[in-house]
Amino acid sequence: MPLGFHDLLGIQPLTAAQIEFILDQSKPFQKFNAQPLKKLATLRGRTVVLAFFEASTRTRVSFATAAARLGADAMNLQAEASSLRKGESLLDTVATLDAMKPDLFVMRHSSAGAPQMVADYLEIPVINAGDGCHEHPTQGLLDALTIRDRKGRLDLNVTILGDILHSRVARSNINLLTKFGARITLCGPAMWLPKEMEQLGPNIRREPDLARALEDADVVLVLRVQKERQHEPPLPMEDYILHYQLTPARLKLARPDAIVLHPGPMNRGLEIDPEVADGPQSVVLEQVTNGLAVRMALLFLMLGGAAAVDAPAILSDAAHG
Amino acid sequence: MKTAEKSQLMSATEIDRTLQRLAHEIVEKSGGADDLILVGIRRRGVPLAQRLAGVIRGFSGRNVPVGSLDITLYRDDLSTIAPQPVVHASEIPFGVDGKVLILIDDVLYTGRTIRAAMNGLFDLGRPRRIQLCVLIDRGHRELPIEATFVGRNVQTSDREIIEVRVNEIDKEERVMLVERVD
Repeated sequence: MPLGFHDLLGIQPLTAAQIEFILDQSKPFQKFNAQPLKKLATLRGRTVVLAFFEASTRTRVSFATAAARLGADAMNLQAEASSLRKGESLLDTVATLDAMKPDLFVMRHSSAGAPQMVADYLEIPVINAGDGCHEHPTQGLLDALTIRDRKGRLDLNVTILGDILHSRVARSNINLLTKFGARITLCGPAMWLPKEMEQLGPNIRREPDLARALEDADVVLVLRVQKERQHEPPLPMEDYILHYQLTPARLKLARPDAIVLHPGPMNRGLEIDPEVADGPQSVVLEQVTNGLAVRMALLFLMLGGAAAVDAPAILSDAAHG
Repeated sequence: MKTAEKSQLMSATEIDRTLQRLAHEIVEKSGGADDLILVGIRRRGVPLAQRLAGVIRGFSGRNVPVGSLDITLYRDDLSTIAPQPVVHASEIPFGVDGKVLILIDDVLYTGRTIRAAMNGLFDLGRPRRIQLCVLIDRGHRELPIEATFVGRNVQTSDREIIEVRVNEIDKEERVMLVERVD
């Protein structure tokens, strides 16, 4: 089946079939990444812009590595060092980068909707690598791949723990998992548990009590406490640790075979006990490995075909080489 | 693309007899089955490789490892074959270093598939020797590549297409010569 989209701006507009196609296409890249030699020429001559208008380490490195392994070149823009500091507008910066004729635009921005605006402006495909509190679709996909690999399915009991309000990771995960029949429990301090989140899909409930929220959980997704995003009166960290830190004792309340995900970077000792982070139920490093496979699959699918170069589609299975 | 069948090149019996001969040739020329591994190119090279391994097991008692190779990521014509490429996993769950690797495909034509396949193999390691085995060699090479083991040579025009149909994929077993009709 075809990918069926030009830009990847969020999980919300995708169908379950499109998501499954991307997850299935990530499997060969998982295998490829385990090979001794990890360099392809598949996307040789293509250029991918990595425009991060907001700090990022793992997502940027992951996209850069994905592009490199496929043979594409990456054009890096980091906000700290860019003209944005000198007052250039976002679209002027985008237009400047676009004038160098890249083939795909990956961007992160602190404002929700910024990638949509850029996608409306550009002809080349855009991948949202995180926009404000809106979505982080590649994180949602890599989490789903990790869960599916471990559990074989996605219609599970999933508890999302932490600052739901400010989390694009939570939104992308909720949007994705509810399409597959997952039952979602949102847990955290009341001020981070907006009622509107229940409207994102079916079978979503809020539960401020961690013990009750962990009951029967197959998957626990721990969110990072985003100190940089707290505009409200800050929550005393001691209180958060006391009530919401995922400790080995609390994890025992979930199903014995529950897995623990964290999008990183982790605040060890804050939202997660180091013993859980490094424990047998943690799949944190698998998430990183899978993130690379998912991003390679997306670059391949969005850039690899005839559609990407406007060549005539000559589909000839019989044209043996 | 419309095609019309012109003639049958091989029946199921002829395919089977050809594979028997090729399996013997492979073992003979490789000095035994000890270091031998077979890698079929997806899709129709894979069932052919499995059958060759079955024949070798039958007469030598040796279990020769069989892998499958997907060349999508190594093609040089990716942007012209389909609007949306689809990649499949290669399954080569054994080491290739130092082995005598027989690459297996149904039809040898331009040689570009084989070039792509060899690039894929080099990413997995360093076989001692790579040899090529095909059921049909139809000529029209665009690269300096030849097969060591050939089931049958067939003269073709570039409007003609050879279709190898195997039970595992096509639910029938024969080799057809078909022609493009515009």
